[in-house]
Amino acid sequence: MPRLSCCFIRASLAYLVAGFTLGALMLTLKAVVRYEGVGLLMMTPHVEFLLIGWTVQLTMGVAFWILPRFEGGTSRGAVGYAWLAFVLLNAGVILAGLGPVLGDAGFIRRSGRAAEAGAAFAFGLHAWRRIRRTSF
Amino acid sequence: MPPLTRWFIKSALVYLTVSLLVGVALTARGAVRLPTVVDALMPVYLHLFMIGWVTQMIFGVAYWMFPRVSKENPRGWEGLALVTYVTLNVGLIARAVVEPILALRPAPVWAVTLVLSAVLQWIGALVFAANTWRRVRAR
Repeated sequence: MPRLSCCFIRASLAYLVAGFTLGALMLTLKAVVRYEGVGLLMMTPHVEFLLIGWTVQLTMGVAFWILPRFEGGTSRGAVGYAWLAFVLLNAGVILAGLGPVLGDAGFIRRSGRAAEAGAAFAFGLHAWRRIRRTSF
Repeated sequence: MPPLTRWFIKSALVYLTVSLLVGVALTARGAVRLPTVVDALMPVYLHLFMIGWVTQMIFGVAYWMFPRVSKENPRGWEGLALVTYVTLNVGLIARAVVEPILALRPAPVWAVTLVLSAVLQWIGALVFAANTWRRVRAR
């Protein structure tokens, strides 16, 4: 498994645990105190961590690992775009997830969403040429 | 394909069907008269889909396909993977049953069961992450 896939997948596992932790806390608050104010504050990072940080990031990590390679299997092409996607995706998840928790009215969250969109674009630039006909 | 992967994937397929049927019930509320419990099913629908289907499918395939820990012990400690399967599914099913009931008829027994379901699902995710971490390594 290439180093970048390890980074993507280990980060996704960290977000899985963080997202489930927030989910468990919200469910506990809902059950015990039936007060959803704090729970609602956790909702944005819970969703962001699990939808983007866990599932999207894991998918990118596995795709970077297994998509067809070039030059007889020695090259994965424009790796720089994939690294850029990793950096932007994680910055985006943190900004978009934690923006509301930090009392942000919208700028931090919008920046996070923009970073996530940039990550998707960068990963697309990397992966596009690797999606092609192969012999098996 | 190891037996535990088959359990994960077959369970995921069941959750996919059930979650989409719950989705049908949610959208049918305006058109036909349904029990009031259906109104409280939105979180159940989302979590049956995202945890039961998406996450469980990932767990099953990752357990099968990720690099081996060693020749003697290819998929890490199998007991931990079994703990993941049991806690995740018992927790999720308990949540799916109890959350709507608690919304309609609050009672301590449902509240305690809901907290237990949260703890079980959390343990499932934590144990999966711990067991998989060692298998994610650069060559």
